[in-house]
Amino acid sequence: MAYPDYMRESLELVHKSRAERVEIDKKGIQNFLKPLTSEGREKVLSENHPDYKPDARRTIRIGQNKDEKLTSKVVDVLESHTILPKNFNLDPVDYETDVLVIGGGGAGCQAAIWARLNGAKVIISTKLRMGDANSMMSQGGMQAAVNPGDSPLIHYLDAMGGGHFDNKPELLKILTKEAPIAVKDLEDLGVIFDRLPDGNLQTKAGGGGSRRRMLSSRDYTGAEIMRVLRDEVRNHPEEITILEYFPAIELIKDEDGKVAGAILFNMETGEYAVVKAKAVIMATGGFGRLHINDFPTTNHYGATMDGLVMAYRAGARLIHMDSVQFHPTGAVYPPQILGFLITEKIRGFGGQPVNKNGELFVFPLEPRDIEASDYIQECRAGKGINTPDGHVGIWLDSPIIEMIHGAGTIEKNFPAMYRQYKRFDIDIRKDPMLVYPTLHYQNGGIEIGEKTESTIPGLLSAGECSGGVHGRNRLMGNSVLDYNVFGKLAGIEAARIAKETEIKGKLSIDHVWKYEEELKQAGIETIRKSPVLLPEYRNLSILKKHCDDYDPFLPAGL
Amino acid sequence: MMEVIEVKLVPIFILSRRFEVPEGSTIITAMEYAGFKLKKGVGCREGFCGACASLYRLEGEYKLHGGLGCQTVVQPNMQIVQIPYTPSPKAIYDLEKINVGEEIFIDFYPEIYRCLSCNTCTKICPQDIQVMDYVQAGIRGDLELMANTSFDCIMCGLCTARCPAEITQYNAALLARRLFGKYIQKKGKFLEDRFKQVMDGKFEEGYTELMSLSKEDLKKRYFDRELNFSIT
Repeated sequence: MAYPDYMRESLELVHKSRAERVEIDKKGIQNFLKPLTSEGREKVLSENHPDYKPDARRTIRIGQNKDEKLTSKVVDVLESHTILPKNFNLDPVDYETDVLVIGGGGAGCQAAIWARLNGAKVIISTKLRMGDANSMMSQGGMQAAVNPGDSPLIHYLDAMGGGHFDNKPELLKILTKEAPIAVKDLEDLGVIFDRLPDGNLQTKAGGGGSRRRMLSSRDYTGAEIMRVLRDEVRNHPEEITILEYFPAIELIKDEDGKVAGAILFNMETGEYAVVKAKAVIMATGGFGRLHINDFPTTNHYGATMDGLVMAYRAGARLIHMDSVQFHPTGAVYPPQILGFLITEKIRGFGGQPVNKNGELFVFPLEPRDIEASDYIQECRAGKGINTPDGHVGIWLDSPIIEMIHGAGTIEKNFPAMYRQYKRFDIDIRKDPMLVYPTLHYQNGGIEIGEKTESTIPGLLSAGECSGGVHGRNRLMGNSVLDYNVFGKLAGIEAARIAKETEIKGKLSIDHVWKYEEELKQAGIETIRKSPVLLPEYRNLSILKKHCDDYDPFLPAGL
Repeated sequence: MMEVIEVKLVPIFILSRRFEVPEGSTIITAMEYAGFKLKKGVGCREGFCGACASLYRLEGEYKLHGGLGCQTVVQPNMQIVQIPYTPSPKAIYDLEKINVGEEIFIDFYPEIYRCLSCNTCTKICPQDIQVMDYVQAGIRGDLELMANTSFDCIMCGLCTARCPAEITQYNAALLARRLFGKYIQKKGKFLEDRFKQVMDGKFEEGYTELMSLSKEDLKKRYFDRELNFSIT
């Protein structure tokens, strides 16, 4: 599956312009292609970013964010019915614990580790396996201002500008200030970071940053951190119970209206279970698998925004759910890897976005929304390369990396990318990659405060599923940092809550039925149900032959 | 949203039943096209999580192949089964209290000393890792080599499922990496210094000042800031 012959002409132009582009890199690209000004940013975003399409957002009619404009697909999923049967009975309680963590990704694992360290018994509920999460897939790195010439304050400023100044300042302060501590925590757990010969951490540039601040573990950064956290969670079977393939579908409250557990659902047997907990941490990740605006996604199979649905029905407020992050560099060829993540670390190492004529057309390290909008603009101007199956993309020139840093750099620093393309007979040391923006990250989420508390008592949230820290556009490397910093804080706070509070009276899911009533009052007629749990990729002709009663996943309307 | 839209169909066998699926499909997209709602044996779908380990046999061959369902393109008359999970021992340890010696695995994964050097693990590895080599490095107590060689492991479990000596290669390698990262890898001074500065409250004043700026002043500060990628 090497590149088709008709692309060769364009590839030759990329090869031809490379020597000249190496010179530009050596002299500092920012001196040739200046990063955009405030006005320039506004223009390229409003003209190209998918969030600005006329039907990208619509008004939500019920719940805590009522009358606000949110991403249309998000509203669809929130304005849906519960999966629970009408006569659902909360007796008997199947599991009882201090802290229930919903989600087995990076934030969930950190939360469990720190809740346990603070004396709590923990249950982790996860939809698939522990670590089947976007955390596992992050490639390029984690930001932390560790170099003497950098500072947490510069990190703060970079992230604030990247987020269009919408970030909650107190959260961003925690994120950037705690970053070096998070790195040290991970070192203590035995995470292997890339290092310089003197033992200091290797740092590379990331989009929207003004210093080299990206720490990495080859291009398996997320996988390295995730597998260590997962291993540490599994080292404490007495205190941390792991329930795999057992996702939560609704929250439970006590008589005071405090969140006091959740209902779990076994997708294979159809069995429900009731978990009673003194504190609940929502860490279910993001929404890439909703394929907003029909984009392909970099996200994990289970990234369907389940946590937001449960929290919203329980009365929690959401924040910044009108903005969607599209990663500039998703693969568009070969078709088997459509939408897959091509790490930003490629550009951190000097990789350049180049159009079909072999021209470098944008500063390669703009914040993601700007960079992505620039690529879309270039393709709209007819300077992209069409694929045989109807997609379009621009070149991400990787061979230049070895001209800048020497032979062997790609295999050493990008083994995952190299392997990915080699499987389809493309050698990224010799040819560039064809890329186009892909649905990547939920910028917003459940609104949290400094202790990761949501707007309803008993419910905390951390990681991609929470919102506020990144404003309306997250910078590269800040989500790995986010789940480590806020996962830890959530664990500590949940353990404190568990010590200091009791569950009052009988368990209740009245809030679910109240939400159903609100749907009705607002005149919302739909057969949609949520949480979505898993996306639907089955062949339509087969779905039409399905037996409804047997298949809780059958999409509405068939 | 089918990601593969080519029309030419090829026959494959999933759990022994014949299906026709689009040419170029991966095992995962082929199963979905065939009507399977995957509730296990699928994860990140990009080759990073190891959830979709699969075994397959090609037409006319005696050999059993392994691969990741999301990365393996189907071939005509391929017989496919998924291995969502390989039950295997996971040692319990307190990393703070481990004594890192040459025979570290005797206490945690003693079965690695049973290695027959048959190389079955290396041959099945979908990441092309030299699995047998790192097991041998572990037997010799060379944690650094074991950590580096095993680094790209995504813990799919295929090595363990096939090993005639019943070794849990991927868990042993994880322990090696954690010990290497914690105790052996050389650390520089920069992080320690920065950590102390944060703990001493060195940046508090700076944060207070930044957070007191008006949005206009903050914007100005941001767009005027220096980009410097050469400073360390």
